[in-house]
Amino acid sequence: MAKRDRFLNVALPKGRLGEKVYAMFASAGFPCPALLENSRKLIFENPGAGIRYFWVKPSDVAIYVERGAADVGVAGKDILLEYEPEIYELLDLDVGHCRMAVAAPKGFRDDTRRPLRVATKFRHITERYYASLGREIDIIHLNGSIEIAPILGLSDVIVDIVETGTTLRENDLEVVETIVPISARLIANRSSFKFKTEEMEKLQKGLAAALRQL
Amino acid sequence: MLIDEATVTRAEKTAFALRALYREHGYIPYRMGKFEEYDLYSRHKDFLVSDSVITFTDTNGRLLALKPDVTLSIAKNYRGGEDKAEKVYYDENVYRAVRSAGSFREIRQAGVESIGSRDAAAAGEVLLLAARSLELISEDFVLDLSHLGILTAALEKVTSSLSLQEALLKAAGEKNLHGVRSLLAESGVPEEKAAALLRLIPLCGTPGKVLPALSEIAFEIGAEKEFSFLQRALSVFSGDPAGRIRVDLSVTGDRNYYNGLIFKGFLEGLPAAVLSGGQYDNLMRRLGKKASAVGFAVYLESLEALDPAPPALDGDVLLLYGERDDPGEVTRAADALRAEGRSVRTALTVPAGLRFGKVGIWEKGGIKWQNGTGF
Repeated sequence: MAKRDRFLNVALPKGRLGEKVYAMFASAGFPCPALLENSRKLIFENPGAGIRYFWVKPSDVAIYVERGAADVGVAGKDILLEYEPEIYELLDLDVGHCRMAVAAPKGFRDDTRRPLRVATKFRHITERYYASLGREIDIIHLNGSIEIAPILGLSDVIVDIVETGTTLRENDLEVVETIVPISARLIANRSSFKFKTEEMEKLQKGLAAALRQL
Repeated sequence: MLIDEATVTRAEKTAFALRALYREHGYIPYRMGKFEEYDLYSRHKDFLVSDSVITFTDTNGRLLALKPDVTLSIAKNYRGGEDKAEKVYYDENVYRAVRSAGSFREIRQAGVESIGSRDAAAAGEVLLLAARSLELISEDFVLDLSHLGILTAALEKVTSSLSLQEALLKAAGEKNLHGVRSLLAESGVPEEKAAALLRLIPLCGTPGKVLPALSEIAFEIGAEKEFSFLQRALSVFSGDPAGRIRVDLSVTGDRNYYNGLIFKGFLEGLPAAVLSGGQYDNLMRRLGKKASAVGFAVYLESLEALDPAPPALDGDVLLLYGERDDPGEVTRAADALRAEGRSVRTALTVPAGLRFGKVGIWEKGGIKWQNGTGF
């Protein structure tokens, strides 16, 4: 976190969502045309607008913001619920909609005589959800291809992000329960917010206005 | 004794300065042991920043813990009634699990506790000390202040459900207005009932800017007493042209322990709060003591990030000598250079990985400087 850096440092999630979000930032008064040029650079700045963007892995945005390497960023609510970073969540950007859901093979029935085996990337969300139901579970933490776990008998159900449900259907799975709806959020570092208050309020207001126009 | 500034870290310097500051305000030092009975922490886990504590069994079988917190010990040992007010300061190491590091860390904390005084002046003094503590580290600081009593009054207007209140308070702490709205919608509470809360959360700025609006809301929700306490405590700050003291209703804390004023201090250049404190009458009550209390801690460890980058050189002079050289002569030659204020390392060979401003080789009768680097 550089001192006296008057740039507003923004961590954007690499990928389609990031590009969509950048368009919102640009229309909110923080453009940086260089960003859209096809290049392998990761950092872009527009001194005129006082803004610096960098592309990071979507699941890392919250870390950059919490630790102050970025002043603001755009992160999915799933990541915020999973890692509970100490940040401000300033705005629901109403893009990147999906939901955190429990999915199981078609016709699944929960055998309540034994703990439910749940495969997931989202350990924390899963633990909290089942604790709220009072259901004992056995968590199987996986890093990807979660859908395969119930097919191979590794788990009974999975907890994962569902966007369109295509992957689930193709693997003969279906959503049993929605845990929480997800969308992209504008987040801010708590300390930066104190020292770059004006810039952040301008950004927040600009984005809120851009949202209303959608 | 002369202390070379270059060898003192920001945390060490600050600790000395803070101790002097607190003493100057009539606070007395509080020393405590490194260990405390585990029972104290297990009963008040929610009060701790992390609930992991390093424990071990004492020789007589008692379960002890390396103290993860200072306030609990000071509060527990408070022996006075209302007439025996205590004002103490400390500078101690605590041991806690750091979430981001995923392991235990030794963390140095300094701070003050004022126990047994319930008046706004005593609370205001602690606020003032918090601001002065921050100022002493850097002029670019912000002290954010809120009052949990006002937030609680607003929450009670919304719902009597404690779990919903807690969820709303968490969203308030994140300045998450859309989160508050969706919590209300999920629980079927009409937004009108949360009108005061929704106006409170975004309130932040200098007292001059925020207090008029806050006063109105406080009146509407029956929190005039709390508002007046906050206003009186704030009056200790006579003039704050830079706007460093701010009222921010998104500052929250655990209401099982904190009840009134609650505050956090930030320094420009550091990503998280370096100071945290508040009024914890509820903790005192849980410890079975009828007394008001207010205090704060400065996280000295986090100041390391403000230390300047390490110097490019590991020393001014490297003086090389041979095995046959006279140790006395080499020492006298080195000391002569040290007397001129230079740091001198003597060695038989060039130490790997270290850098020096000048390299000299001791030869009978004098130093032969390499590459024309002599003085």
